[in-house]
Amino acid sequence: MNVLVGIKRVPATAGQITLTPDGQEIDTRYLGFTVSPHEECAVEEAVRLTEKHGGSSTVLTLGPEAAVDQLREAMALGIERAMLLETDGREWDPVATAAAIVKAIEAERAAGRTYDLVMFGNESADSAGYQVGVRVADALDLPCVTGIKALEITDGHAVVRRQTESGWEVADVPLPAVLTVKEGINLPRYPSLPGRLKAKKKEIERSTSQWQDGGLEKIRLKLPVQVGHTVEILGKNGDAEAQVVELLQRLRLL
Amino acid sequence: MAGLPAQARVVVIGAGIVGNSMAYHLARLGWKDIVLVDKGALPNPGGSTGHASNFIFLTDHSKEMTLFTLDSVKQYKELGVFTQSGGIEVARTAERVDELKRRMASSKAWGIDAELVSPAEVKRLVPYINDAIILGGFSTPGIGTVDSLRGGTLMREKAQAMGALTVAPGTEVTGIEVENGRVRRVRTDQGDVETEVVVITGGIWSPRIARMAGAAIPLSPAVHQMISVGPVPLFADTVGEIKYPIIRDMDTNGYERQHGSDMEVGSYDHRPILWDPDDIPSLTQSKLSPTELPFTKEDFDESLEHALELMPDILGDPAVGIRHSINGLLSLTPDGFPLLGETPEVKGLWSAAAIWIKEAPGIARCVAEWMTSGVSEIDPSSSDIARFYDHQKTQAHIKGRSAEGFNKTYGIVHPREQWDSNRRVRVSPFYEREKALGAVFFETAGWERPNWYESNKPLLAEYGDRVMPRRYEWDARWWSPIINAEHLAMRDRVGIVDLSAFAVFDIAGICALDYLQKMCVVQMNLPVGRVIYTSLLNTAGGIKADLTVMRLGTNHFRVVTGGADGMRDRKWFADHLPEDGAVQLTDLTSSWATIGVWGPRARDLLQSITDADVSNEGFPFGTCRFIDLGPVRALASRISYVGELGWEIYVPFEQGARLWDAIWQAGQPHRIAPVGIGVYGTTGRLEKCYRAYGNELEQEFNLVETGLARPQVKPQDFIGKEAYLKQRAEPPAAILCTLTVDDNTSRSGFKRYPMGREPVLSQKGERLVDRHGRGSYVTSAGSGPSIGKTILMSFLPPEQAKVGTRLAIEYFGERYPATVAVVGPTPVFDPQNTRVRS
Repeated sequence: MNVLVGIKRVPATAGQITLTPDGQEIDTRYLGFTVSPHEECAVEEAVRLTEKHGGSSTVLTLGPEAAVDQLREAMALGIERAMLLETDGREWDPVATAAAIVKAIEAERAAGRTYDLVMFGNESADSAGYQVGVRVADALDLPCVTGIKALEITDGHAVVRRQTESGWEVADVPLPAVLTVKEGINLPRYPSLPGRLKAKKKEIERSTSQWQDGGLEKIRLKLPVQVGHTVEILGKNGDAEAQVVELLQRLRLL
Repeated sequence: MAGLPAQARVVVIGAGIVGNSMAYHLARLGWKDIVLVDKGALPNPGGSTGHASNFIFLTDHSKEMTLFTLDSVKQYKELGVFTQSGGIEVARTAERVDELKRRMASSKAWGIDAELVSPAEVKRLVPYINDAIILGGFSTPGIGTVDSLRGGTLMREKAQAMGALTVAPGTEVTGIEVENGRVRRVRTDQGDVETEVVVITGGIWSPRIARMAGAAIPLSPAVHQMISVGPVPLFADTVGEIKYPIIRDMDTNGYERQHGSDMEVGSYDHRPILWDPDDIPSLTQSKLSPTELPFTKEDFDESLEHALELMPDILGDPAVGIRHSINGLLSLTPDGFPLLGETPEVKGLWSAAAIWIKEAPGIARCVAEWMTSGVSEIDPSSSDIARFYDHQKTQAHIKGRSAEGFNKTYGIVHPREQWDSNRRVRVSPFYEREKALGAVFFETAGWERPNWYESNKPLLAEYGDRVMPRRYEWDARWWSPIINAEHLAMRDRVGIVDLSAFAVFDIAGICALDYLQKMCVVQMNLPVGRVIYTSLLNTAGGIKADLTVMRLGTNHFRVVTGGADGMRDRKWFADHLPEDGAVQLTDLTSSWATIGVWGPRARDLLQSITDADVSNEGFPFGTCRFIDLGPVRALASRISYVGELGWEIYVPFEQGARLWDAIWQAGQPHRIAPVGIGVYGTTGRLEKCYRAYGNELEQEFNLVETGLARPQVKPQDFIGKEAYLKQRAEPPAAILCTLTVDDNTSRSGFKRYPMGREPVLSQKGERLVDRHGRGSYVTSAGSGPSIGKTILMSFLPPEQAKVGTRLAIEYFGERYPATVAVVGPTPVFDPQNTRVRS
């Protein structure tokens, strides 16, 4: 089976986020770049599916040249092919992003490469539009399930599960289909040394995507009011034993 | 958390391994009211300690650094945070195999148990290594790892238990207030603390903190990349953090070190990635910690390949993943040494920075001793922050040299190797003349100094094999037989030497004599016009400096010291000036250029351009005065560091070139040769057994041991006198001797030429150790072209310090026989000093 995963290069934020003075970007001077945890899981799922069922895995991103890093990271984990839909670095809105991806998938089909499964993260780590997967599915007229946390392939079908407050929602979708994945579906592996070195030498298939206006326009970013955290020291050197047990019980971890 | 006190004996800024060790040692030495602040949280406030790979290799070619490391290991062991694992430096190239032999020699010199091992033995110790690509290893069983965060915590708690320490995490220093050049108060976001002493142990942030007080701590933060790979199945049953020896893959600048179930792979192979201290993110801005920056993969790819090649069984396992990768920040300095001691800019502001885990507690002990008593057991001269000239504190210099030094971390660095970056900063007025004569310039303290002159090549034919040519490439590197030819030409005729790198200080004022009496060992109350060679001691009787003093007037003295020591010596003088201004020190280094003219024809040469009486009676040895030399009036001083008749001539800087020309022209009938520092600093000096600071002279050996004790002690008091009198009353534990190499032919038939720091052994190869536990090693080595032998100096225990004792030195894994030629200061060449006094 052939699987395509879409990912997005985002700043690896943790702790306090700072913005560039013009409020247009996150200040990334001290930050690395990554993809969202959902996308990490989608990549892992794609690798596992092809390990189990055969076929090919491909990773795709719409982004600047630097996004090659994220493509190679995916390849270091076992994805075979990578496609960069290169932009000039501006932030594309979900409508435009989905349209560019659809165009790429259609071009793939024209070249004889079809996909049984197209996966995305449930939402991107930065703008969190929740839309790209759904829009791609709609444009390609494919069934789509979002926010899945379990996936099993049987005989041309995907049985997927979504977690709800009251239990699991199960869907059986015929392939080809579009799925958006949520963190927790699997525990992604770490890249191995040989994996990383192999990925370094692999070719990246590139095409250029021309800027398109979408439905959204970024005015400026604004930081939300930071919620302060308080730390309570329960005790030192073992004299907090009882409190720790109580706390763990309260969290239902014991 | 206790609040900040309003007053403190000392404020230590930075609670990494250095700050915690400092607090502990200051408390142990009796200081109370110590305050330790850090803007971060404990136990890991976010500095380099928190991400260090925490392993300790013992051997460094520098004695000072090795002593710091050995003391640190001892302390870590006492704290119970050291795990001995052994460690092996492996060689992939023949050149490295040689270097490992040299490291073996350093290990013997400093008393470290180590051995050279075959690839098969490496494989036995480290079963997962690819022994097919290595040629051998240098194995040190005493190597291990530490839990530096735990060690720091324990030291901090000890100081707290002594009731001596207030710890204030989450406290950011916002200012250091200085009044009359002295620290008065530390300002923080949690309040101010009045104090007269501050120690900056802020690692990579130290330059920023020092700047608040108007001082400089010249270091650069630099990236060191490291990844952690696991879980390694072979390590699954390891109890504790490490079971297998740590590997340093020297030729690829990498290391592999087990850490629990993971393998840490680190590299110094990538391009130097330097940061500005002001650009380091704050605690809240950074993802992991301010010193763990985003990994830049492209810089590490090559290192990955090297690591994979060396340990394919472990690192090639597809189930073993890269779990963690960082660009960890560490500190680099322009010369690779730490930055220790009171800053020359601000009294009471101390630096303990650019220190790695392996040496931190040892350095902290040293600095704490220095702070509390003025002297330390280990001599920190090479690391003294006062060593830098202003130009060496510029960002251009710090960055240039730090970048250059980074890739030498595991490098094979020749003892004479020169820096490439930031050259031609200080040039004498003779520079263009020297360049025209084909000078090959070596650098001292930023000065370009001719080491030899290619224009002297014809002298090689004149002297033939007397120039002691070297055919082994290592021995001939950064060297030329022309040095020895210049030496012989000077001894036969006359040479002109550029000595402008000297540091020159005038000391004047109504109390100048009393002041210098207090500073110097030798009687300073000599007639105006006398030149005095003297040592300066610290209170423990350790040798702090050696230099010459000219008495230019009743209340006017001129001090001349070596360029490399100039700034340290200046601080030592300045620190002891009377506060009432009765004595003034003026640094005239940039005002006076210096030329040495030495050789049997020096007098004839000089007489031909002066009306002054320069006869032996008219200008006796050990005197100085202004004379007219052609159109220039210069200060001539009749002394010599090369053992020849002649003068040091001090000339106003702008008239230097004119004087050079006058001497050069007058020297033509005498076949004058331009002579480089190769002669001045090594061959000429060694034949005369003159001691050099940093080689023979250091705080660890006293004047009696170095043979510089005078027959009489002056009645006036001076710093270190009490200790000196005690030293004189005791039999010396070691005596500085001059040896000559009996046969320098190696097994492969090459003549080999040691360069210093080799271990001196018995003929059977046993180390010689004196009653203070100090091993014998070669303090200086070089050719003695006039005696046709290789000359060595070494401190020997009294049993061996006898003329004719046959010993051996180890050089690149082979022993060469050497014999004690002289015990004490008598020269091996012209022992009666008739030439100097002729």
